[in-house]
Amino acid sequence: MMRGCLIALLVSLVLCATAAYAVDPTQMPTPALQARYLSLTHELRCMQCQNEAIADSPVDLAADLRRQVRDMLLAGRTDDDVRNFMVARYGEFILFRPRMSMRNLWLWLTPGLLLGVGALVAVRIVQQRSRLVPQDNEPLEEDIRS
Amino acid sequence: MNRFALPLGLFALLAVVLAIGIKHSPDKGTIASPLIGKAAPEFSLPSLTDASRIVKSSDLRGRWYVFNVWGTWCGGCRLEHNVLLQMRHADVVPIIGLDWRDNDAEALSLLSQLGNPYELIAVDHDGREAIDWGVYGAPETFLVNDQGVVVYKYIGPLTQEAWEREFLPRLPAKQAEKS
Repeated sequence: MMRGCLIALLVSLVLCATAAYAVDPTQMPTPALQARYLSLTHELRCMQCQNEAIADSPVDLAADLRRQVRDMLLAGRTDDDVRNFMVARYGEFILFRPRMSMRNLWLWLTPGLLLGVGALVAVRIVQQRSRLVPQDNEPLEEDIRS
Repeated sequence: MNRFALPLGLFALLAVVLAIGIKHSPDKGTIASPLIGKAAPEFSLPSLTDASRIVKSSDLRGRWYVFNVWGTWCGGCRLEHNVLLQMRHADVVPIIGLDWRDNDAEALSLLSQLGNPYELIAVDHDGREAIDWGVYGAPETFLVNDQGVVVYKYIGPLTQEAWEREFLPRLPAKQAEKS
């Protein structure tokens, strides 16, 4: 029983692996280019399927965009050139990791701002409490008299 | 009173944020084109209907035109075909087609069956031109002004209503009067 499960798991893993490679067989001439190609195709959204990267999508548009990435890298363009090219045509939405801009600045700043407010509140509470402590330690009048 | 001010304020803020979200939800799924307000891509492509001719963006300068991306494989394009034919008939603004990732013979036979709404049709076999226009699914329809600037983009099958609501009001008055 246990063995059967393990074998089934292995078989399904192998099947998944081949399926992942079947989408994009592109090989770049050098390992460095290949690494950049893979990282770029994984950070660009397939606009037709929207929750998939162009690296994983079997639709024609994703293939066209992968070819565009490959051609630009082979022509010696930088990663940012490729990103800018895509954003100029498809908008920021094509990037899975949005870049900082004036429009989304508040999204980047809000967590820091909230952390600051929280820290301020915490400091104030601690200060108030520490002021209370010495008063509590002073002996009561009755104690002194006795 | 003071005890309630902060929670109430936060609640109001959240309500405003959610209201904005709900207001924008109809355009969820369509993505605004960064091309709007910018120069339309320059192109120079073979013509579908006339093998000896090249369709050039520079030849279109000085006129308003509708740029419609389609293909015979695209079901939504079939849905909007009659609307395009009516637009051609009304003769308000020329329609330039981009036959995207298609087979020329099939495209020509489809147009001879259903009628040809296009003044010119540029052929984009390998999809490079469509990338320049930021096309992610046909049909997509752009409105380009006489300066060659993209004014508007419509995603999905055109309807008569969309034509009247989105395209006509953007055209120069004397052109729109013709319809």
